[in-house]
Amino acid sequence: MADTALTERRSRADTRPRASRGTRRRRPQWVGYLSYLLPGAVAFGVVIGYPLLTNVYFSLFKWRGGMAPLRWNGLGNYVDLLGDDKFWTSFGNSLAMIVAMVLVPTLLGLVLAAVLFDYLGRRFGERVSSVLRATYYLPQILPVAVAGVLWNWILNSQTGALNVILRGIGVETPPNWLGDPSTALPSVMLVLIWVQMGYPVVIFMAALQRVDPELYEAAELDGAGWWDRFRAITVPQIRPETFVVTLTCTVAALKVFGPIYVLTRGGPESSTLVPSYYSYLNFFDKSQVGYGSAIATVLTLVIVAVALIILGLQNRAERREREGI
Amino acid sequence: MAAVATDPRPAQVRATAVDSRYRRGAGRWLVLAAAVLVGLAVLAPFGIMLLNAFKSPQDYAANGPLSWPSSLYLDGVVAFWERTDFPVKLWNSVFISALVAVGGALLSLLNAYAIGIGRVKGRLWIIALFLLANMLPQEALIYPLFTMAQSVGLSNSQWSVIIIFTVIQSAFGTYLLSSVLGTFPPALLEAAALDGASRWRILWQVVFPIVRPTLSVLMIFFFIWTWNEFFIPLVMLTSNDTQTIPIALASLQGDRMMDAPTINAGSLVSLVPAVIFFLIFQRTLTRGVTAGAVK
Repeated sequence: MADTALTERRSRADTRPRASRGTRRRRPQWVGYLSYLLPGAVAFGVVIGYPLLTNVYFSLFKWRGGMAPLRWNGLGNYVDLLGDDKFWTSFGNSLAMIVAMVLVPTLLGLVLAAVLFDYLGRRFGERVSSVLRATYYLPQILPVAVAGVLWNWILNSQTGALNVILRGIGVETPPNWLGDPSTALPSVMLVLIWVQMGYPVVIFMAALQRVDPELYEAAELDGAGWWDRFRAITVPQIRPETFVVTLTCTVAALKVFGPIYVLTRGGPESSTLVPSYYSYLNFFDKSQVGYGSAIATVLTLVIVAVALIILGLQNRAERREREGI
Repeated sequence: MAAVATDPRPAQVRATAVDSRYRRGAGRWLVLAAAVLVGLAVLAPFGIMLLNAFKSPQDYAANGPLSWPSSLYLDGVVAFWERTDFPVKLWNSVFISALVAVGGALLSLLNAYAIGIGRVKGRLWIIALFLLANMLPQEALIYPLFTMAQSVGLSNSQWSVIIIFTVIQSAFGTYLLSSVLGTFPPALLEAAALDGASRWRILWQVVFPIVRPTLSVLMIFFFIWTWNEFFIPLVMLTSNDTQTIPIALASLQGDRMMDAPTINAGSLVSLVPAVIFFLIFQRTLTRGVTAGAVK
């Protein structure tokens, strides 16, 4: 790019009569491609840029939505957020979502992928490991609303499959899984682990395929056991994929909406409230559009900040690795 | 590898290796059993759903969720089918997802052509913007989008959902395709340019045929993602005749008429299209999942 700019400046300074080719070079090459960005730029401006800014604008008003008048509130909505217990609860629950959608699935996924690839795959053949992989991935393909509806019924206190089974084996009063504030959040987390686990397994297994098999063979000849190979080869070799999984899943965990909507609607007593659902409630249930916009704006900032932190950590890890070699 | 070779306790390591070889016969079956057990735990909800989708409410009350249905009961499927007007919902989902898949892939290709091959100035910033757009919570867009759709007469219209998802999905598509096109063999482009082909012709006659496999993976992704989307369709599609399958299923929730077989039959019927689609494109997809993971 810098090169083209340089040649361009030189050709402009050139006083010799230009050949027809020279005239074409007056503009740098890339300018001709800008028209291909036009549809994308317009579409992104209309569907993402403008709404995003409008949302921030709304967050500065008290507004009941629709035809109601907008009343200027400055940063009042944000000040209110600071004193709003539900707001803090919802972000606290985001941490639980990160445990259920990032931490547990990634750790489980690492172990499962390594076991399937490096242990079972070799002792029982590729077929066994690919069937198991497909099984773990199955929950990922069904619409999250369908998964939620199914689990909502399974965990139902009266007619749900789980409690009917529990009563059948003699448990007198099985817990009201989704209806009791003390069990609702752990139940939701279990469902999310079930949904999420297959994703890291598939990504990590694909990643392991690009690891040189000689590394494993050499380690095995040196007498390294499975755990040694896992620690010294598997984990460091697939670090880039681990970062990608961590980033995408963390962002997804902060944004989670569908499962909460179909499982608990944030209840009971806000014990499973998350920021996205809280802003939805304010938009369409409580008609506090300005307040909802403020929550959505804070959520956006949190997501961007967390993503930047993860990307920064990744860069640092990569740099350290390069210097190490 | 170096870490293994310079392990300070070679004797110990060797000892465990001998141990594990000694136990290999039984040990490997234990590991297999554990992995299969995890698989069964994942499958259990699907199994329970299948068992109870074709079981009458009386049968369920008497024998519980784990028994084999005493007779084939189809009223649950029929009830769900009729109450949701399923063919309409199916068509809505297919229509929206298919148009988004095509439109999103097209928009991604145009963007990526300018970024990956045109190498427009500031392309790193452009890609960063697309990535950012991909991360935004939809809640931060929804109310303005909702009011905009109303003001242009697209409230409760599938076109609003199609336009929104075409753009949202193409954010990821642009990111992925730009990095693919960034490594496009320059010799091909130069040869085409020497032949006097315009940029437009190069895009469709040189670039497009070569990236077609990647585009088809993208289209499958876009289709499934849009199919599974919940939040934006929930807000934008407010009437029965425009809703998609997930919304229809979720809105039946809490309905007094929803007994166990209807819920299970509904879940089953709702996930069948996704599973069929997955099975058809499984090979392309696993390749695609991998493609997404490479930075």
